[in-house]
Amino acid sequence: MKKRFNKSALIMTFYIVFLLLPIYWLINMSLKTNNEILGTFSLWPQNLTFANYMVIFTDPSWYWGYINSIIYVVMNTVISLAVALPAAYAFSRYNFMGDKHLFFWLLTNRMAPPAVFALPFFQLYSSVGLFDTHIAVALAHTLFNVPLAVWILEGFMRGVPKEIDETAYIDGYGFFKFFFKIFTPLISSGIGVAAFFCFMFSWVELLLSRTLTAVDAKSIAATMTRTVSASGLDWGVLSAAGVLTIIPGALVIYFVRHHIAKGFALGRV
Amino acid sequence: MSLQLDNVTLTVNGQLHLHEINLTLEKGTMNVLLGPTLAGKTSLMRLMAGLDVPTSGRILWNGKDVTGMRVQDRHVAMVYQQFINYPSMSVYENIASPLRLMKKSNAEIETAVQKTAEIVKMTDMLDRKPLELSGGQQQRCALARALVKGSGLVLLDEPLANLDYKLREELRAEIPKMFEESGAIFVYATTEPEEALLLGGNAATMWQGRITQFNKTSQVYHQPNNMTTARVFSNPPMNFLSVTKTGNKLTYGNGQHIEAQGKIADLADGQYMAGFRPNHLELRQAASQSMAFTATLNITEFTGSETFLHLQHEDHNWVGLIDGTHDLTLGAALPVYLDANHIYIFAQDGALVAPASYATAA
Repeated sequence: MKKRFNKSALIMTFYIVFLLLPIYWLINMSLKTNNEILGTFSLWPQNLTFANYMVIFTDPSWYWGYINSIIYVVMNTVISLAVALPAAYAFSRYNFMGDKHLFFWLLTNRMAPPAVFALPFFQLYSSVGLFDTHIAVALAHTLFNVPLAVWILEGFMRGVPKEIDETAYIDGYGFFKFFFKIFTPLISSGIGVAAFFCFMFSWVELLLSRTLTAVDAKSIAATMTRTVSASGLDWGVLSAAGVLTIIPGALVIYFVRHHIAKGFALGRV
Repeated sequence: MSLQLDNVTLTVNGQLHLHEINLTLEKGTMNVLLGPTLAGKTSLMRLMAGLDVPTSGRILWNGKDVTGMRVQDRHVAMVYQQFINYPSMSVYENIASPLRLMKKSNAEIETAVQKTAEIVKMTDMLDRKPLELSGGQQQRCALARALVKGSGLVLLDEPLANLDYKLREELRAEIPKMFEESGAIFVYATTEPEEALLLGGNAATMWQGRITQFNKTSQVYHQPNNMTTARVFSNPPMNFLSVTKTGNKLTYGNGQHIEAQGKIADLADGQYMAGFRPNHLELRQAASQSMAFTATLNITEFTGSETFLHLQHEDHNWVGLIDGTHDLTLGAALPVYLDANHIYIFAQDGALVAPASYATAA
């Protein structure tokens, strides 16, 4: 009997190879010495080394890059959600003059590339003394994250019948008690998805974070672009930094993976 | 304890939703709002609850003006057609939530929740989440939350409309019992005349934002004071034909006539509208005082034990509801009969001038 050729398995294999190859190569490089990276072609490290990682964990100019990034990313996510939740609630529950236009206008902020705002932000933050602070980057990123968060959350909130709000008011709940005790649990998936997108945008965004910081709040992405030294590029350390940059995103995706699927179905991401 | 609506009108975006509603509901009464969809039942209930504010007019609770008061301070209870519970809380916490907001002690809450759960038969389900329950159980949970507050005004907006037939029957039989135990003013909106009759109490028939009649349910059913009420409070709607009274003769159709009896005999001569309910139409001449018609049969619908006949008589479309199965030819002329005891006589402007004699005897 002739064994049937499994087409879908083949396609799946290609799919995974193509997707994972760059990531594999990054990990591969991070575990090699610079000589091996530049001198030979090897599919896996011949002289396995963790020296590259040790450089990052011991050199403050490296690990502070991660700490700075995490600080402004978390600030940004918190601010974005805190602002977007009430806005999305208003858009989903009330009709007011120009509500549709306002909603669209909010979304147009996402249509411009961040580079457009680099110059005005730099000048503005410098003149008010916010240059090279975490809050500067966090605030700059809210311009892109708040509209997206409002959009996602509004979709989720619209899915909750208005009668739940009314029943709660009839039962005697005040607005804030209702919002946090009854409403928030109902849209927890939406909040998870919105937080995820805010986190990811802010984490990978390079241009604004590099423009608005110098030393004290320098982000990891900026640190990575400034590793050219007299001896050329330090390939191994740079790869190790790359691997460590992927990890927070991968962790966040892992924790919200069920919500993300729901988010694409219910909300309108 | 009473709820009084004083000349309440509601206009939304220039459209009239409710027009000059005057209604007084007394303590411990079951009040049914009966009317087709868009008649204004839900709008009226939302005003009673305080969710919306009337454009003009006042709402009085125990004689105190509560128009425009915050919903939270009105202490009413409401159950929607959709099954509305708090999905993140257990059934127990759902029922307990109004009491927690009133800052009752845990012991009081425990007693009240158990007692209410017993009334709505949810004692075994208290640990579950509302979304793990069937539709009927979800609605029981919502009812329990409405009852547990001990509120003076309980509003039920078509609470059974989203349930399947069997659950609806079951829950409908229980609602009057829940009502009796609470002693509150119940307001129950429904589109179905049968439901209104089964619930008893008082009925307010609604049509296009107006209350056409408010009285004891059986009174409204037996003696609707105008054609609109009669149409609303009859399923299928009441049938009508033009009649002329001259002396002691009531002429209809192509000059056929019957003797005018009872109250009809006292009417002044002239043109009237006669109305009768679909179930009073017969295929055989049963009573001696019968009116005979020849109508065109358009459609028959067989529901199991009954047959609906859709007839055309002169300019009027009639519906007849008769027992059993009948082998009838569609499109053919069909002789049908009506006992004269079953006709209501309305004036040309729609007001009732003589109720059917069977209804006054009852």
